[in-house]
Amino acid sequence: MDKNMKILIVDDFSTMRRIIKNLLRDLGFTNTTEADDGQTALPVLKSGSFDFLITDWNMPGMTGIELLKAVREDPDLNSLPVLMVTAEAKKDQIIEAAQAGVNGYVVKPFTATVLQEKIEKIFERIEGS
Amino acid sequence: MSETINQLTANDDPSDSKSEIIAHAKAMVEKLETGDSHEAFKVLEDLNKARDRTLFSEVGRLTRSLHNAITDFHIDIEMNQQSQQEISRISDASDRLNYVIDLTEKAANKTMDKVEEAIPAANLIQSSAEELKPQWDKVLKGDIDPAQFRELHKKMGTFIDGTIVSSQGLGSNLSDILLAQDYQDLTGQVIKRVIQLVQEIEGSLVELVKTAGTVEELAGIEKTQRVEKDSIQAEGPVINKEERVDVVSGQDDVDDLLSSLGF
Repeated sequence: MDKNMKILIVDDFSTMRRIIKNLLRDLGFTNTTEADDGQTALPVLKSGSFDFLITDWNMPGMTGIELLKAVREDPDLNSLPVLMVTAEAKKDQIIEAAQAGVNGYVVKPFTATVLQEKIEKIFERIEGS
Repeated sequence: MSETINQLTANDDPSDSKSEIIAHAKAMVEKLETGDSHEAFKVLEDLNKARDRTLFSEVGRLTRSLHNAITDFHIDIEMNQQSQQEISRISDASDRLNYVIDLTEKAANKTMDKVEEAIPAANLIQSSAEELKPQWDKVLKGDIDPAQFRELHKKMGTFIDGTIVSSQGLGSNLSDILLAQDYQDLTGQVIKRVIQLVQEIEGSLVELVKTAGTVEELAGIEKTQRVEKDSIQAEGPVINKEERVDVVSGQDDVDDLLSSLGF
């Protein structure tokens, strides 16, 4: 796993973005950018070669699930690994995210260990395939 | 406005209207049975009038309930303005809740600022101690020459001074973090007030819905079907996980569900 990979963190709450950013830094990932919803995230993703997307679900403007679908439909972005970090806990939602092609799903509140495990699992899989 | 409302609702006992309508209906059947259709139509007209009157009075009741609901809402706000200074400048529920968002955000950021400040200090203590450890081990084993000992002596002095400064900093950061939790008390009070307000409004609305139901019934309006909730619509954190079967109870559940889907 490349510790210098470019990561976009999308959450409408700046405190949550900051927490995720800090946890990522503790894990050695320092190349992070932030966006506050899907609408602002999508152009950022399109303009820069991001390696990983971490997104919340419930956001004004464009939700995380819409962002995920938009990413999967975009020929330039469709292979981007996406981790959902969200308080949304309905089984139907998790199934929907899985069907839309999410790579991992973390429910809030979460621990640093869970975040680390999921990120490692996603990249083990990508590197293994 | 209240005068109009009172006039509108001069005769607003629904049971009175009901018995009036029944009396008219009975009279009409009687007239029809005796073959007096002229009289029967006159009674029908009375019946229609009675129906309209009841409808008007129900609309009146509805208006009055709405008016009361709005008035109660205002009274609540005025009451709160007289209470605690901290929340008196907040004039409505959404302002109050925005205030909660503000306070919690500030507290979260302050806590994170202090933690971010503290991490290098803690790291410095750790790395200095780790650096001294091998030399100190040598001292314990009696395996150190005088030049090395003088050097260690000097380093130890620096380490102790540095640790005093760093730990003072850590202590003050920790107490700042402790103090930053005071938002809980303030937001708790504001949220309690908003809950109280919401409950009062709910009570008024239930009354309003009951009255509106009578009007709908009289006017012959069919009840609209309850719209099914979209099962993937975002709803934020689930408060009553134990009572619901459609939600996961934690990360383990999510992992199980995803692995059952081939993840």
